[in-house]
Amino acid sequence: MTTVIATRGLQKRYGQVRAVDGIDLDVRAGDVYGFLGANGSGKTTTVRMLLGLVLPTAGEVEVLGQRMPRAGRKVLPRVGALIESPAHYGHLSGRANLALLDAAGPGGARRTRRTRIETVLEQVGLAGVGRRPVKAYSLGMRQRLGLAAALLRRPELLVLDEPTNGLDPQGIHEVRDLLLELNRTGTTVFLSSHLLAEVEQLATRVGVLDRGRLVLQDELARLTAPTGATVVETPDPQRVRAALDGRVLALGETRAVVRGSDPAEVNAALVAAGVPVTGLALQRPSLEEVVLAAASTSADRVEAPGARR
Amino acid sequence: MIAVELRKLFRRPRTWVTIALLNALPVLVGVLISLTDLAPRPGEGPAFLSAVLTNGTLYPLAALAIVLPLFLPIAVALIAGDAVAGEAQAGTLRYLLARPAGRTRLLVAKLVSVFAFVFVTVIVVAAVGYLVGRLFFDVQPIGGTSLGGTTLTSAQIVQRTLLAIGYVSVSMLGVAAFALFFSTLTDSPLVAMLGALGVLVASSLLFTLDAASSIAPYLPTRYWLAFVDLFREPILWRDVVRGLGLQAVYVVVLLGAAWANFTTKDVTS
Repeated sequence: MTTVIATRGLQKRYGQVRAVDGIDLDVRAGDVYGFLGANGSGKTTTVRMLLGLVLPTAGEVEVLGQRMPRAGRKVLPRVGALIESPAHYGHLSGRANLALLDAAGPGGARRTRRTRIETVLEQVGLAGVGRRPVKAYSLGMRQRLGLAAALLRRPELLVLDEPTNGLDPQGIHEVRDLLLELNRTGTTVFLSSHLLAEVEQLATRVGVLDRGRLVLQDELARLTAPTGATVVETPDPQRVRAALDGRVLALGETRAVVRGSDPAEVNAALVAAGVPVTGLALQRPSLEEVVLAAASTSADRVEAPGARR
Repeated sequence: MIAVELRKLFRRPRTWVTIALLNALPVLVGVLISLTDLAPRPGEGPAFLSAVLTNGTLYPLAALAIVLPLFLPIAVALIAGDAVAGEAQAGTLRYLLARPAGRTRLLVAKLVSVFAFVFVTVIVVAAVGYLVGRLFFDVQPIGGTSLGGTTLTSAQIVQRTLLAIGYVSVSMLGVAAFALFFSTLTDSPLVAMLGALGVLVASSLLFTLDAASSIAPYLPTRYWLAFVDLFREPILWRDVVRGLGLQAVYVVVLLGAAWANFTTKDVTS
């Protein structure tokens, strides 16, 4: 699988502060890469270094196989970006904004411009917006227009920072479907977000940034793989302990966590002992648990399990 | 890229509002003088204004002299200061650079559009001045016009008015270069504009100070009014040439600094 984004020892210092402290990103073609981190953890600085807006203090950035920022003129026309909030010229219409941005750089043929603009406006749900100036747009419409600008040249790589910001639940759902559709047709998506739920629904791979360090980078499926325990829902957890002594890992009000990766076997044992069971499921850590565990401990200790570097 | 910047500048309502406001003062002055017939005496008030009652074709020059000390530099500093800092403040700078517009290309395009604004503005002021002169004052079609002791034919006046328009434009390029340089330093267009105006105010003040006479020849506003010398017979080229040279030095140095700063800075806006 080809690598789309690779950084080696990427570092950005502002005076004494290390905003980004030696990270090795590895994003492969076809990924939806969820880039997670609290506010101020260095996400935005990293995204800006990928796009050549901020120059690294040390380390290397490679995007689509070429060195950034040196090869920006060749690489960036193949990348669509939404950097923090969308920004447009308020006195111009959405179409005029897209046309100006498209004309401002290489790789946007004038001949196809009009049809490309109509196509992306349709894709993001702004086809009927007319000649209204952008300053009359709602927050959600601006977000959609920003997404349209990112899609204008059918990029191979989409770098999106909080793409569902300001959208209502319906809009979030539409954008999610759109991103999954684009990903199916071969677009790699680099999604920077602090919304765990959003990343959990979209991402195939996840990187977690904590205070400038990449503390976790792995397949989402591997991170949230079953732990080998079964969660039993029951009105009487104490009887579970009696029936399966030594296998109980935790007890709650109405549930018990039992060692054993086969719920059917656990169920049979409990039913045989006459324990009422209202629900059974394999225990999986949620992404939230994974992220909290990775980000709360010290950075170099979390590196060892899970993270492949 | 240059076409994009020109389109952005001249499709923006603010550009034309600025130019319109800039023309309001010379028009008002023209109306007042023609109504009252009270022109300032020779040697007082803005240059050429004393002569417009006898020859309306001089009004473009009077209009330029009226706006030159303050309004024209403000307008130029406003647009040039907004060039990069305005995009940074609006957030569009990061999208232009990620497009990628290329930092040097973007700066050159901004420069060309700012220079275009300077020329368009000066020409509009002169054109509106010409209309005001035709409408409100007597125009002497043929024969000589006396101007501070020299007599010029109308062909000479036309020719020298065009030279004066060119000279005033070049003088304003220095202002534009200051504002554009400050514009790459800050993310606030207001700060960039005020920085450029601060330089001009300081320069005008130092110019009047005897103690600063040793640096006076290098002040950016020193030769601004030298376009008056174009209307002497024969033309006094000395200050005009020095003024052009001085502006060229300021433009080259400041644009070099703007380029060095802009191509190496972190865009965090």
